[in-house]
Parts: sequence; structure tokens; C-alpha cells
Amino acid sequence: MRNKFEEQLKELNNKLIEMGAVVEHSISTTVEALLKQDSGLADTVIEDERLSDAKEKEIETLCLKLLLHQQPVASDLRIISSALKMVTDMERIGDQARDIAEITKFLEGSNFIKKPEDIEKMAVETRKMLKESIDSFVNRDLDLATNVLKHDDVVDELFMKIRKDLIGLIRENPANGEQALDLLMIAKYFERIGDHAVNIAEWVIFMITGKHRSGEILYQYRKY
Amino acid sequence: MEKKFEITDLNLWYDAFQALKNINIEIPKNNVTAFIGPSGCGKSTFLKTLNRMNDLVEGCKINGKILLDGEDVYGDIDVNALRKRVGMVFQKPNPFPMSIYDNVAFGPRTHGKRSKHALDEIVETALKNAAIWDEVKDRLKKSALSLSGGQQQRICIARALAVSPDVILMDEPTSALDPISTSKIEDLIFDLKEKYSIIIVTHNMQQAARISDLTAFFLLGELIETGDTDKIFSMPKNKKTEDYITGRFG
Repeated sequence: MRNKFEEQLKELNNKLIEMGAVVEHSISTTVEALLKQDSGLADTVIEDERLSDAKEKEIETLCLKLLLHQQPVASDLRIISSALKMVTDMERIGDQARDIAEITKFLEGSNFIKKPEDIEKMAVETRKMLKESIDSFVNRDLDLATNVLKHDDVVDELFMKIRKDLIGLIRENPANGEQALDLLMIAKYFERIGDHAVNIAEWVIFMITGKHRSGEILYQYRKY
Repeated sequence: MEKKFEITDLNLWYDAFQALKNINIEIPKNNVTAFIGPSGCGKSTFLKTLNRMNDLVEGCKINGKILLDGEDVYGDIDVNALRKRVGMVFQKPNPFPMSIYDNVAFGPRTHGKRSKHALDEIVETALKNAAIWDEVKDRLKKSALSLSGGQQQRICIARALAVSPDVILMDEPTSALDPISTSKIEDLIFDLKEKYSIIIVTHNMQQAARISDLTAFFLLGELIETGDTDKIFSMPKNKKTEDYITGRFG
């Protein structure tokens, strides 16, 4: 039985890697679509979101099957319960990439009031956070998972900078307001993507240590 | 938590074979404590030391201390009185070949209770506490052997309760029972811990996780880890515990 269970746990690992790849791809594609103002590319993000929904369902079904068949305890229980929680956050990241793609389609053909280079930076950072959070799950790497928590500050700072810049642009010319709001929404979606990556990393930390959002671990890695 | 048993440096040999090695553990009052571990790890042996059932085994030698409410179990103590305080329920239901009533009244009669009125009351209370009164109240004079396995086991629990023990030892009490009977006994154990301290040996990990407050893991005669059941089954400290409960060995 244990052999079959090991195989199923491997399958779970692989499915999470696959879903992670889909969602990572959505993040990079959605920002590329924005920068190029490419509606066709934005449409592929919307398609990808359906794929990540399907992957989420697959993983949930596998986890429920494992809970039923194996009645896991100890590290097995932590792996499966973490996976169940992680996929919800991964699916939300897919949703937010799609939301960004929808705004991108709306922006098509208009000139940027400011080149969205900080938004591009947010995309790079959040994609990295997501990748590291999933890698930390796959490799059971506590340091990498806690690194994701630290990294969220960079994303938050970028968001605050973009917000400040956009306020400045509205002050300069109130006609900038409409696009400024769209760009602010996009930045906010990326900021939320960073939060979801943090959630994933927190479940990885739980999987490894048995502690979820423990003050002790957060204190060790973040200056709260 | 108030402690019921306090065991210090307990060693036990069956002739040259050492079955328990330096066991140290405190067992709290009004809790369910589960002993888990692979076959032959010493958990049943340890259970039997608690009411000196091993006294009957030839070649069995024990050293160390077992205190029950501060009193030395292996000191100057009346063994019958000890077994009245520390009752036992076995893996296979073993009612005596007599009526349901006589099974439950057996202990109190042995301890000198003779009045019919008093015995009636003891039998009814014990059967009620063992959650079987409603099923047998109309056939108390029928043979206990005519009952189903699950009912027989609850009669055995009633028989243990009839002498008003403090502690009930259970050695795999549901391993021979179907899921419905198992669930009834598990519910019963949950209710019984209000009045009694319960120690249960089980091979069923999920059962240990469901019904016990504390879990002790034994391996090759050693107590490897003991702690809150929720902790043991979510984040055991010892790798051997982890490997055993997740089915990697044993």
C-alpha cells in the first residue's frame, strides 16, 4: 500500500508543478500582452485561466481520493492538506492574471500615460515568488519558502511607488485619471498575486514544520 | 493534568528476553491514553503490568516503579483490590458462559455484594454506562453468548464497570468488531473518560487519533515517543514514530 501511496504522492507533486507552470506562464503572458498592448496574447491568458481551473479540480479530486483511501497522518497529512490549500491560491493567481488581461484588452490602442516599467517589475517579482513557492513545495525547502515571505516587501514597495506616480499623473492632468485607475487596478492585482504566493509559501512552511503562520517563524525571517 | 499512573524506569523480562526497556511515562486521570506500535513491541505487556496480569506468566521478572495514585503497584498491595481498581477488557469478547445479568453481577458478588436489590441496581447502572441497557434489558436472564460480538464486548465493558474501577485497560477492544459496533464502543470510551481513566492498545491509527488524548508509541520494548495525540499524528517529533504511523514500517 505504501508503494502505491508513494506513487500517488509523486503524482500530486507533478500535478502541482504542472499547474504552477500554467499559472507562471499566465503571469508573464499577461504582462507581455499589456506592454505590447496585444489583445490576442491577452486572450491566451483568458484561455489559460480555464486550464488552471481544470488543474485545480484535478488536484482537489486527487487530494480527496488520497484522504479517503490512505487516511493520512503526520507528514502525509500535512502534504495533502497543504496541497489542497495551495491550489486555491494558485487558482486565484490565474484569475488575477485573467483580470489583468481583460483590462489590457480595454486599453488596446491608447497611449500609455507612463511606460508601465514598474508594473513589469512587479510581474517579474511575483512570478519569481510563485516559482520559488512551488519549488519550495517540491523540494521541501524551508529556506526558499521563507525567502518568498521576505520578497513580498519588494512587491508591496513597487505597488506603493506606482500608486504615488499615478496620483502625480492625475494631479498633472485630470484627463490621465481613467487610464491611471486601470493601471492602479493592474498594479493591485499584481500585489494580490504576491500575497497569494506568500499564502502558498506559508502552507509549504506548515507542511515542513507543522506550524502555520507561526509568530516564531515569521519573526525569524521578517522583522515584524 | 492530575496523574493516575506514574511509571519510572520499568524493565520487564520473559526469562532472558527483555520485553520492556526502561519505560518512563505518566498517565493522566480522566483521559484516554493510546498505546500504539507494531506487534511484539511490548505495548500489551506494558498494559498488563498496570494491574499485574503478568504475575501469572512464568519467568516474568519486573523491576522499576509503577505508582497508582501514588501507591506502589508492585509493593505491599492486595492484588485483587488492585484489579478491582484497574479493570481490563480484551481483544476478543470473553463473556462467561452464563446469563447477561450474572456476567455483570459476577464481580460485585465476588467482592461480597449479595443483596438482590443492590445487585439489580449495579447491573442496571453498569449496562447503562456501557451503552447496552436498552438492547438487553428485556433478556437479562438469557445467555451472554447469544449476543452479537459487539454486544458481547459491551457486556464485558459493563462487567468491568460493575466493580467501580478507576482505570479501564483495553487491549484492542474493537479489532474483532464490525464498524457499527466499533463506533458504539468508541462513543462509549469517549463518555467513559469523564469517570474513568482509560488506556487502550490499538493497531488502528485512525482509532487512536479519533479517541485518545495522549498517545504513546512503543518499538522493540522501548517507549519512543509520547505526547498529545493531535501532535503525534500531525507532527511527531521522532522519525521512528513518523515512519510507523505513516506505514513506512511495522
